Amino acid sequence: MVMDGESMKVTKKDVEDVAVLSRLAIPEEEKEQYTEQLNAFLEYVDNLSAVPTDDIKPTAHVLQLSNVFREDVVKPSLGRELALSNAPLKEDGYFKVPKILED
Amino acid sequence: MKYEAVIGLEIHSELKTKTKIFCGCATTFGAEQNTHVCPVCLGLPGVLPVINKRVVEFAIRAGLALNCTINKFSKFDRKNYYYPDLPKNFQTSQYDLPIAEKGYVDIDVDGQKKRIRITRIHMEEDAGKLVHSGNTIKDSATSNVDYNRTGVPLIEIVSEPDMATPQEARVYMEKVKSILEYIDVSNCRMEEGNLRADLNVSLRPVGTTALGTKAEMKNINSFKAVEDALAYEIQRQQEVLEDGGHLVQETRTWDPDKGITLSMRTKEAAHDYRYMPEPDLVPIVTTDEEIAAYRKALPELPDARRQRLETEDGLSSYDAGIITGSRELAEYFDAAIVDGADAKLTANWMMGDLAKNLNAEGKTIQDSPVDAKRLGQMIMLISKGTISSKIAKKVFVEMWTSPDAPEKIVKDKGLVQITDTKAIEGIVDAVIAANPKPVADYKGGNTKAIGALVGQVMKQSKGKANPGVVNQLLKAKLDT
Repeated sequence: MVMDGESMKVTKKDVEDVAVLSRLAIPEEEKEQYTEQLNAFLEYVDNLSAVPTDDIKPTAHVLQLSNVFREDVVKPSLGRELALSNAPLKEDGYFKVPKILED
Repeated sequence: MKYEAVIGLEIHSELKTKTKIFCGCATTFGAEQNTHVCPVCLGLPGVLPVINKRVVEFAIRAGLALNCTINKFSKFDRKNYYYPDLPKNFQTSQYDLPIAEKGYVDIDVDGQKKRIRITRIHMEEDAGKLVHSGNTIKDSATSNVDYNRTGVPLIEIVSEPDMATPQEARVYMEKVKSILEYIDVSNCRMEEGNLRADLNVSLRPVGTTALGTKAEMKNINSFKAVEDALAYEIQRQQEVLEDGGHLVQETRTWDPDKGITLSMRTKEAAHDYRYMPEPDLVPIVTTDEEIAAYRKALPELPDARRQRLETEDGLSSYDAGIITGSRELAEYFDAAIVDGADAKLTANWMMGDLAKNLNAEGKTIQDSPVDAKRLGQMIMLISKGTISSKIAKKVFVEMWTSPDAPEKIVKDKGLVQITDTKAIEGIVDAVIAANPKPVADYKGGNTKAIGALVGQVMKQSKGKANPGVVNQLLKAKLDT
């Protein structure tokens, strides 16, 4: 990202990097468009910078709740047939996945 | 140029809860593949995780035992990455507010004390298990995934880069294991992957402080591998640097069969985990009172126990270190001496005949055929003079295969030591008569010659004569 005065600017390279991390194939001709759109979003959100937040703790959660716990008691699991029923590929009771690492 | 190694460890320890961290699936090791899974740990849409209370308790206990500060406000975050052992495409972990931080462990390497600082301890979920169709991940066209382990609770203990040798790293990991066993939060069965470490190591010229380029080796699950992998990697990096080459920051795998590390670099872009707060879990708030109560409930830890064995029981620092190195050994020792058996003698027997026999049969102290109570009884028989140390070795061998109490074995086998002076006197007279040479030597001033005569009496009494009494009698007769 490029710092432009007070706000950050998203570059085409940022869009490409985020696309890789998100496993998205973005056609070359659309990259400019996404770069512009992302910058527009950030500019809009940037309005929040005008609000003074020096004395405010970062929000960890939007709900004012804490300590929601569960007792350590075993509950029945799904059963293998059901667990695997939506798997696109399976083998011997395992989920089967394509090649993980490229050479 | 001379280089020094800088080593830091990330130790992952599975906690011994009955259920997973965010769902009620069982954590039992070795179940049939994909039988301990549910919508939550499979990451199906629309499910809500709820944290297991025991996980938080165990993590706080570990934090306190490792001298950390407990964060009174702690939260979970999502660590995003794509890997098929992680069905949600993110791992629920902790980022900026871990449950505990800023602790330390003191280690002892060849009599030198060293403090290893702990950066942080956080809670997270374990990943699933991959079974590759080929020999390695790279030559497998497909892989199979078992999600039973997905969601098993982990704590990750991150150290500062405070270790300088593979040995220090090993001793540090042994110490952490021992502490986790004492506080009873992990089974620490390394062969089952309960305890494993990621090793970070870099080199820098001696006398400098800046850190060099590091390599990381993941999922090392034995103490030997920790030492071997680090030793190999330090040597490799040193050779690269000495040849004028430069190192790249990378993840390497340790191949224990070949004894080498290999680069795991792929075309994948550098890590960018895009941590974000976990919206499905609310924060964990712990009060000072609760922390104080956890601290109070901690059992005696290895360092304190070692100190006690040295000061109260008079053991040497070395012996106390070995016995308190594992909770099981320390408990065996306490149980053996509770009825009054001599502490030093008990330590000697534990590290001598007991350890030797256990090793020979590949048994651990928990499976010892001679339990602590009987060993203690046998040692008390030695102290009372009922049996000699030599006879005790026979009694010990008998106890190994018999459930009988040592008193019964001594009686049944006729092993009681003869302290009756009259009974021994007869043998002493016979030995003096039959061995004129050592008798003459002794009388001629060679006092050591008495040893041969004592040996003869012991032999003829089949080891049952009390050596002290034998010595006394011989001296009395020869000196007059």
